[in-house]
Amino acid sequence: MFKNKAVSLPYLVWSAVFVIVPLGLVAYYAMTTKTGQFTLDNLARVGQYAPVIMSSILLSIIATIISLIIAYPLAYIMSRSSGNTQRTYMMLIMLPMWMNFLLRTYSWMTILERNGLINRFLELFGIGPLTMINTPGAVVLGMIYNYLPFMILPLYTTMLKIEQHTIEAAQDLGATPWQVLSRVIIPLSMPGVTTGITMVFVPCISTFAISRMLGGGSSMLIGDLIELQFLGNTYNPNLGAAISMVLMVIILICMAMMNMFDEGEDKEAMLL
Amino acid sequence: MKRIIALLVALVACFSLLCLPASANELGLDESYYSRFKDQDISINVYNWGEYISDGSDDTMDVNAEFEELTGITVNYSTFATNEELYDKLKSGGADYDIIIPSDYMISRMIQEGMLLPLDFENIPAVENIFPQYLDTNYDPEGAYSVPYTWGTVGIIYNTAMVDEVVDSWQILWDDKYTNNVLMFSNPRDAFGITLKKLGYSLNSTDELELRVAAEELKMQKPIVQAYVMDEIFDKMQGGEAALAPYYAGDALTMIDANPDLAFATPKEGTNIFYDAMCIPYSCQQKEAAEMYINFMCEAEVAAANIEYIGYSTPNQAAFELLDEEIRTNPISYPDDELLVNTEEYVALPGETNLLMDSLWTEILTTDDQFLTWLMPVMLIAGCVASVVKIVARKRRRAREMADY
Amino acid sequence: MKKSWLSRCYVGLVMFFLYAPILVLIVYSFNENKSRGVWTGFSFKWYQELFHNEIILQSLSNTLFIAVVSSLLATLLGTAAAIGIFSMGRKARSLVMNVTYFPIINPEIVTGVSLMLLFAMCGIDLGYLTLIIAHMTFCTPYVILNVMPKLRQMDQHTYEAALDLGCSPLQAFSKVIIPEIMPGILSGLMMSFTYSLDDFIISYFVSSSTSQTLPITIYSMTRRKVSPEINALSAIIFVVVLVILIIVNVYGARQEKQQQKRYASYL
Repeated sequence: MFKNKAVSLPYLVWSAVFVIVPLGLVAYYAMTTKTGQFTLDNLARVGQYAPVIMSSILLSIIATIISLIIAYPLAYIMSRSSGNTQRTYMMLIMLPMWMNFLLRTYSWMTILERNGLINRFLELFGIGPLTMINTPGAVVLGMIYNYLPFMILPLYTTMLKIEQHTIEAAQDLGATPWQVLSRVIIPLSMPGVTTGITMVFVPCISTFAISRMLGGGSSMLIGDLIELQFLGNTYNPNLGAAISMVLMVIILICMAMMNMFDEGEDKEAMLL
Repeated sequence: MKRIIALLVALVACFSLLCLPASANELGLDESYYSRFKDQDISINVYNWGEYISDGSDDTMDVNAEFEELTGITVNYSTFATNEELYDKLKSGGADYDIIIPSDYMISRMIQEGMLLPLDFENIPAVENIFPQYLDTNYDPEGAYSVPYTWGTVGIIYNTAMVDEVVDSWQILWDDKYTNNVLMFSNPRDAFGITLKKLGYSLNSTDELELRVAAEELKMQKPIVQAYVMDEIFDKMQGGEAALAPYYAGDALTMIDANPDLAFATPKEGTNIFYDAMCIPYSCQQKEAAEMYINFMCEAEVAAANIEYIGYSTPNQAAFELLDEEIRTNPISYPDDELLVNTEEYVALPGETNLLMDSLWTEILTTDDQFLTWLMPVMLIAGCVASVVKIVARKRRRAREMADY
Repeated sequence: MKKSWLSRCYVGLVMFFLYAPILVLIVYSFNENKSRGVWTGFSFKWYQELFHNEIILQSLSNTLFIAVVSSLLATLLGTAAAIGIFSMGRKARSLVMNVTYFPIINPEIVTGVSLMLLFAMCGIDLGYLTLIIAHMTFCTPYVILNVMPKLRQMDQHTYEAALDLGCSPLQAFSKVIIPEIMPGILSGLMMSFTYSLDDFIISYFVSSSTSQTLPITIYSMTRRKVSPEINALSAIIFVVVLVILIIVNVYGARQEKQQQKRYASYL
């Protein structure tokens, strides 16, 4: 077989310079003062923002769980339909991802507002205006809406691999539909579930535009906090870097937990 | 008679501006001055507020295009949303702007930090169009770094369909009758400014106690507030999404035009008067071309077209005289002097005050989520338990599998 | 029978959820009124004005330029890297792959911030260059992940066979290996292009005044008012993408059918 390690050299240099060094810089900034002296104050100050961090985690977990609940049956239905229908479904799920997510989120504002489409529709039945926008619920909705395809796709790919014969065999052996689901389908689709969870949870927890547009600025998330330090009211890259570090740690913990639950071996294919 | 003629001239000028976006030459500008950089392939980067220049939409003058045509200088125009965004972009070193239009307090901060270049007024002859009182300011005491572009006040914009009473005080933004109907500034400086004024303090207060009292007020206001926003107020108030919001007088005019239910009031406790002025940052590569741009913006017709588009108040006397009588006498744009007595400009605050304000602000925004703090250990424990259970289960199964073999 | 009706309903509901905002967007692009929510009449006004809005057009061309350049470069870099990584030993390979996963797993905001710090530190002016570097950084891993499986699927002996039949190593490489992994390269290219077009968070931190991409322009608009020209633009993009996807799908379906036929005739 053709072997040439040297051709990967440009890439190795590239990732060293633009992936590893910048992360080192984040760590450096997080642990220094503005004048460059070593300090742990920045990291300590992050503790002050515990409520922000916790509410981000909470909202992201809720969004991830709901996405999973919505996506699971859909992925199953998709994987059990005929080739052409599958292709059409795939296309329909991919298509929205081509539209700019800010615009789609902005469009939700038009729908959810007090004088928005839903409220105007409800008005026809005499139901008073509901407060939907500028609530944490709206933020969760925005997260689910934007990242649902990331949950559907890995689930769908793993479920494709479950042979119809396996399910039939279980049924022939007397398993009830519930048993088929819990003993066959769910265990076999576990790799997809864990990949899906990571792929939804990570962008959810680090988003900043969604919360600003749909949450009305009062439910601040980690992403907002970081953005605020670099491009917002306070220019404080040191604190921003410290919060970024904490964010990375949270995500690493999340991934480690997912790995533990994931007994599948080949993750590469899932990520795509 | 003289006045009638002046009015006629003004009307004709406005008319011609509105109808035919006159080409540069028809503006009667000094060709020899503006053609200095022709065919030299120079470009300048202008960084301005969003929707803050007449851009040719709805038959207005396209100021940048006119400038490019007149001078042959290419204008790269981009916009920012807050003074702080502008400051951060400059401070992080990656910016390449030749002209920026920050507000008063940011200008004084930038002067203090040496981020602005002094202007060469020889190159800006049109500065004589500016009212002298606007050239003598607190934020730029020497008058060496900035040429004012607009000024205005902050007041309360409200929807008369939802607010029945007389609005004349900041207190109404704290009235729980309007729970979930109030929008508030999301910028700590502006939010604290309003609160300090409401309490009767200076909006430039550096007193820690006063700031803490203001923070308590803001926490009390939080349950009433529907959303913390900045520019979104424009769209939301216009669409009837909320009853009350603080906002800028100039924008209020545009909003009232679009939604006649809206009205504007300048609170009696006093408010913030602000200036936005054109400056040249130290990153400037084309100083003379940038000064030419500033000069162009000071030309009467150009300034008048911008003011008509933006709706803020103009510091430019020549442009002021070109405006409609109706605009010139509008109390929203040009309020009576007695209402302006209590107004204050922002000045740059010392670093520790800014830090205190920022940390108080984050505290305010997260205040009612306190229960989340103790949720952290709960979640950590839950996560650990789940992992342990999983590991034990796996080990047990392995053991069983081994036994089976 | 009843069950399939139920599942179709469910798919319909989810699709409605996914498409409702897009529908709203497109419908309002035909609204005569500038303010959203108020419908005053049908018009093509915004489509015409779109072609006169320089800020939008400029940022659109910036976006396309950056997406084309960075996805091509990322594909080149990534394909070479995949071949190199494939030739490595087990340990080195897993180490490099872990680094490769980093930009994918790392939250975008952290990637953006870290690159911003790097550029500020080195004194590189933010602009096209920084945008292209940033986009390449997050696109290359996708190329590698697309090409690697193709390399693995390849019959390990075809290359040697080509050499035995008298090809020079270079010929064998370009005539045997490249065609084999071409589908992976192409899908990597496509993916990079898409991600680069749509990226907002990372670009937001590394762009400057003169190099605003479309998503950044849209973001600064959403803070004040999205001008309906943007709705018109996204309606156009939607239709274009729809057409491309339909063509690809119909083509794919036909090819599959042909393959099946061929397979059947073999039998």
